[in-house]
Amino acid sequence: MSTKILVTVKEVAEVDDEFEISGLDIDDRYLEYDLNEWDDYAVEEAVQLSEAGDDVEVVTVTLGPERSEETIRMALAKGADRAVRVWDDALADAGLLDATTKADLLAAVVESEEPDLVLTGVQAADDSFGATGVALAERVGFEWAAVVNDLDYDADANVSSVRRELEGGVEELTDVEGPAVLTIQTGINEPRYASLRGIRQAQRKPLDVHALDDLGLDESVVDSPVDLTSMYEPESEGDAVVWEGSPDETADELATFLREQGVVEG
Amino acid sequence: MTVLAVTEHRRGELRTPSFEIITAGRDLADALDAELHLAVIGGDVDGFADRLNRDGVDAVHTVAEGEEFNHDVYTQAVTAMAEAHDPDALLMPNTVNGLDYAPAVAGALDLPLVTDAVDFDADGTLEVTREQYGGKVETTVDVEADAFALTIRPAEWPAAEGTGDAEITPFDVDIDESAVGSTVTGFEEVGSGDVDITEADVLVSVGRGIDEEENLPLVEALADALGATLSSSRPIVDNGWLPKNRQVGQSGKVVTPDVYIAVGISGAVQHVAGMKGSDTIIAINTDPNAPIMDIADYAIVDDLFDVVPELIEQFGGQAPS
Repeated sequence: MSTKILVTVKEVAEVDDEFEISGLDIDDRYLEYDLNEWDDYAVEEAVQLSEAGDDVEVVTVTLGPERSEETIRMALAKGADRAVRVWDDALADAGLLDATTKADLLAAVVESEEPDLVLTGVQAADDSFGATGVALAERVGFEWAAVVNDLDYDADANVSSVRRELEGGVEELTDVEGPAVLTIQTGINEPRYASLRGIRQAQRKPLDVHALDDLGLDESVVDSPVDLTSMYEPESEGDAVVWEGSPDETADELATFLREQGVVEG
Repeated sequence: MTVLAVTEHRRGELRTPSFEIITAGRDLADALDAELHLAVIGGDVDGFADRLNRDGVDAVHTVAEGEEFNHDVYTQAVTAMAEAHDPDALLMPNTVNGLDYAPAVAGALDLPLVTDAVDFDADGTLEVTREQYGGKVETTVDVEADAFALTIRPAEWPAAEGTGDAEITPFDVDIDESAVGSTVTGFEEVGSGDVDITEADVLVSVGRGIDEEENLPLVEALADALGATLSSSRPIVDNGWLPKNRQVGQSGKVVTPDVYIAVGISGAVQHVAGMKGSDTIIAINTDPNAPIMDIADYAIVDDLFDVVPELIEQFGGQAPS
C-alpha cells in the first residue's frame, strides 16, 4: 500500500537588524529569503516517514514566484521526491495575506494529488498568520491537528497519534483519523542539512509549475476582503538604561549593578 | 448587533484569555453599538458561565458537550451558535486551541479571518493591528466585510473584572458524532527534571544569538560565575542543546526571578510571556531594535561574545577557550 504525504513549503524573508520600510513591505535590500523554519521541520518529518515506511512519496507544494525555486530545491535536496509550485500573474499582485485564499489555492492541489497526509508548518515566520493548515483542512474536508510536536503515524489505518503542544508545558495526546492536515511545531525532530549528493539529485527531481488555469481556478480566487494597509516600525515602549562603551566598560557597569543589588557576591 | 466571543478552559479551569477576550469583546461591542455574548463549550459550563459573568457581558450561551476541548465539537458548536445569533464579529483567543478551530469556523461560516490581533479600531471599516517579521514591524490590516472573525493575542487586553448581569442560557446543538474525527486520549506535563528554573533568584538565559552548541559553555560559565541558574529561549531547546526544563516562555516555564539576564535573546512574544514578570531584566544583544529592548530595564547593545568573557572575568571566573 502506498502513502502520499504533501508538505506545504513557504519561502519567507528574514529581516536584517537594520532595515527600512518601503511602501507595504520591508525594502528588499534588507531581506534574505529562506525556507520557513516551521516548514523545514515539516519536510523533515515527512522525509523520516518515507525513510521508515514502504512506498511513501513526499511531494512539496509552494505558493511562490520563480525566485522560490531555490528554496524548493533545498526541500528536494533534503529528501522530498518532487515539487509543485503554484504561481500566476494574478497572484503576484495579490498580497496573499488571507489564509482563505491560500487554502483555496492549496485545496486545488490537494484535490488533484489526493494525499493521505498533509503536513504544514504551524505558521510562517513572516506574517505569522498561523491559520492556513486548519483552513485548508476545513476546505477539503480533512481532519486536522494544530501545533503537533510528536507524530506516530499508522499508515495502514491512516491514523496519526500526535502530541499537541499546549501552553505552559502541557501536551495533549490526540488520535486523528486520516486523511488529515497536521501543523508541525519546531523541535519535533532535527532537520537535516542537505548533502552534496542530495543537492545534485534535487536538480533532476520533478518541479511542476501550475498556473490558476491548470488548477481549474480563475482570478476571483485572490479576491479578499482582508487587505494590508500599512507597515511601520513600532514605537519603542522601552525605557531601558543602555550601558555604553567598550565590552570591558559595559561589563564593568553590569557587574557593579549586580553587586550593588546584592544579587551576586564577590 | 452582536459580538460573540468564545472562551477557553482546560482540565477544569477557565484560562486567562477567556477573561481578556471579554475586555476586547466589550471594546469591539461598544464601537459597533452591539451586545457582547460569550460562548462556553464543554466542562462545567454552569460554573464557568457564573465566573465569566463579569462587567460588560450581556449574555452567555453554554453547550454542555464533553469535558475537554475537542476542535470538531468546538467547530460545530460555534458555527451553529453563529448561525443562530448572526454575530457581526466573532472573537476567538489566539491560543494553541484557538488556532485549532478558529480557521475552521471562519471557513464554515465564510467569514474573513484575521489572526493574532494586538489592537483594533472598529469605527468604520475594521482596522486590525498585528505584528509581522517576529515583531520587528507592525501592520494594519483592513477587513471590508459586514461580518468577520478575529483571534485575539493573549495578554494584550486586561482581564475583565466585576460582576455582570448576563443572561445565561443553554444553547441546543446536535453534535454530528460522525464528523468528530479526533479523540483526545490524555494530557502530559513535560519539562520536569532536576532543575526548577522557576525557583531561581537569578537566571542567565541564552538564545539564538549563541549560534552554535559549542558556544554554550561560555554562557554556562557566566551562570557559574554569578551563582545563577541557566535557562534558555525556545530555539536552544528545539535544537536539543538544553533540556525542556530550561525553557522560558509560553510553551515552557513562566519565571519571575529577581534578575533575568537575556543573552542573545531577541524577545519573541512567546518568550516575553514567560519572563516579563522578572523584577529586573537585563539584555545583552547586538540589535538595539530587538523586542527584548522594549521590556529590558538595562541593556548592553554589543556582541555577547565580546561582553560575556569580560563579565565572567569580573566575577573571577574563567571564560572557556
